[in-house]
Amino acid sequence: MHEFRVQVGPAAFRIGSHWRAPIAQMRALYADYPTPEFTDYTVRLEATSFARRFIRPSVAINGDYMLPDAAPLPLDQALLAAEMGMNLQMALGWRRQLILHASAVERDGKALIMTGESGSGKSTLSAMLGRTGWRFMGDEFALIDPVTGEAVPYPRLISLKNEAIAAMQRDAPDAVFGPLMRGTPKGDIRHLVPPAEAIAAMHERAKPALLLFPRFGFEPAIRDVPPSEVFMRLTQASTNYVALGEAGFAALTRFVQSVPARAIDYQSGDEAKALVEQLWAELA
Amino acid sequence: MRNAAILVAALRDPPSVLALNAHDWTALLTIARAEQLIGTLAVRLRTLAVPPAISAMLEDARTNAEYQSRTAMWEADCARRALWDYDGKVVLMKGTAYVAAGLKAGEGRHIGDLDIMVAAQDLAQVERLLLDKGGWEWVKEDAYDDAYYRDHMHELPPMIHKERDRMIDVHHTILPLTARPTPDAAAMLAGAKGIGSDISVRPSTGSGRTDILCIFAPADMVCHCAAHLIADGDLSGGLRNLWDMHCLLTEFTEQDDNFWQALDFRAAHHGLTKNVHRTARLSAQLYGTDIPADWHQPHLADAFFIRRMVARDEWGRGSAKFTRLAFYIRSHWLRMPPMMLARHLWTKWRKG
Repeated sequence: MHEFRVQVGPAAFRIGSHWRAPIAQMRALYADYPTPEFTDYTVRLEATSFARRFIRPSVAINGDYMLPDAAPLPLDQALLAAEMGMNLQMALGWRRQLILHASAVERDGKALIMTGESGSGKSTLSAMLGRTGWRFMGDEFALIDPVTGEAVPYPRLISLKNEAIAAMQRDAPDAVFGPLMRGTPKGDIRHLVPPAEAIAAMHERAKPALLLFPRFGFEPAIRDVPPSEVFMRLTQASTNYVALGEAGFAALTRFVQSVPARAIDYQSGDEAKALVEQLWAELA
Repeated sequence: MRNAAILVAALRDPPSVLALNAHDWTALLTIARAEQLIGTLAVRLRTLAVPPAISAMLEDARTNAEYQSRTAMWEADCARRALWDYDGKVVLMKGTAYVAAGLKAGEGRHIGDLDIMVAAQDLAQVERLLLDKGGWEWVKEDAYDDAYYRDHMHELPPMIHKERDRMIDVHHTILPLTARPTPDAAAMLAGAKGIGSDISVRPSTGSGRTDILCIFAPADMVCHCAAHLIADGDLSGGLRNLWDMHCLLTEFTEQDDNFWQALDFRAAHHGLTKNVHRTARLSAQLYGTDIPADWHQPHLADAFFIRRMVARDEWGRGSAKFTRLAFYIRSHWLRMPPMMLARHLWTKWRKG
């Protein structure tokens, strides 16, 4: 097995691979990330059979936690396989903080959390804001500490999909991108390395100050979201709410009671940024 | 160490982990997860001054084990309510039973499905109640599998809950009907005692009858553990089941000076003497269980069993492929006479 270890915020991973190429790609893209001594989780990129190691190589996503029916990916999508494997370990294993499927950025020590379905644009928005006066904290998981209520950064590589790829290349021509992976099960995917200062600050927490439910592709609008609805939507957006038991309930209740929430609709990145700045000035 | 012996050593002698380096720790935790013993290990190491990064991981594992035992008790209680109109005993088995009884074997234990046992003649009634009142449904409708389960197995085909996505296995005895030993299921049921108010998590819906939920008497519990480990299946999960055995033997012999004689008597009654002795020997060899001198008779095949049980590499992958295959073939051999095995494999092969 070729091995690569990486620290992303509070979590440390060991990635093993039958092939050298994915490890080399990860080493390049994660160059600014610390290398941990101890690792929390193991992800294994393994050939689905001995022959599939060499002929039309096919990558099974294995590790400490596995999904029995996870479909294998071709070798040129191994970076996506690693990303999915790492996400799965967090989703099924992490118990230190409440996990919200959300992106997060920080300003003045306060965090803006954005959650929504796949395609809502939360990932792209966090990447864009992370280049214009905000610190990028993560595009996939916001970790809410059950004791302090703070958001813990998880600044993994940003996973850009479909139209977001070209948008970010226009926005950030100088940034480091991974290889373009076409025709994956999630469409076209390209990873973007977060700004160096976001990686350097991966242990600096922030108090959540505003929660947004962004929705891409609709006339610009802002709507209130009542706390009861916020609570229900966040239980669905959390991968470990039930497993944390009473601690999870207390953490989520406090979050809902202390953080104002709004839904925003937008059709372009500039519209979204303007709405965010407006709400941030009013509420945070 | 390049196999699960590192996990065995940590469970057997917790302070020994203080000598591990980062590489060993990674191997230990990865193997413990793969063997579904991470929660058990985390409980065993609770008071030790391990590196902070490790301590955080073990705390996660303990949180998760609490979640699993809470969920297991909830599932048991859901079954109890679904079976409200059933008058017989419902015996909780394996992990759920250990947690319900507050046994050491339940501490940190991974619990997946809910396993229960009822009297064979009541199966139809229990099945109807679970389907109609409990909200469980068949996992897969397949005429051959269904008939196979009903004709030859010790349990109904698995059911899964429509909303909670949790499985229930309803047993009427502890080994497949085609296996050579035929344990006395009726005697096991007769000896099972109610958990009553001892249930670790009290049902929130109060007034119900907790008395129908039971656990096996100690000697029967050990017999089931041994039968499950040695006489059924290919020894996957072997280290965990053997840890159950170690905990049960240690705890029951502390409570009862005559436990070994009682166990011998009961094992003979069920036709499980060889299985119980072998499991006790393996437990003594791997986990250091204190067993009587005359139980120690070494056996050539024991080394083969141990080789199978520690067959896992530092990446958490099954190793010793040939040994694994041999035990896989053995598991089918134990289950069925040769002609039946041939017919079964032929049918399965044709169906793809």
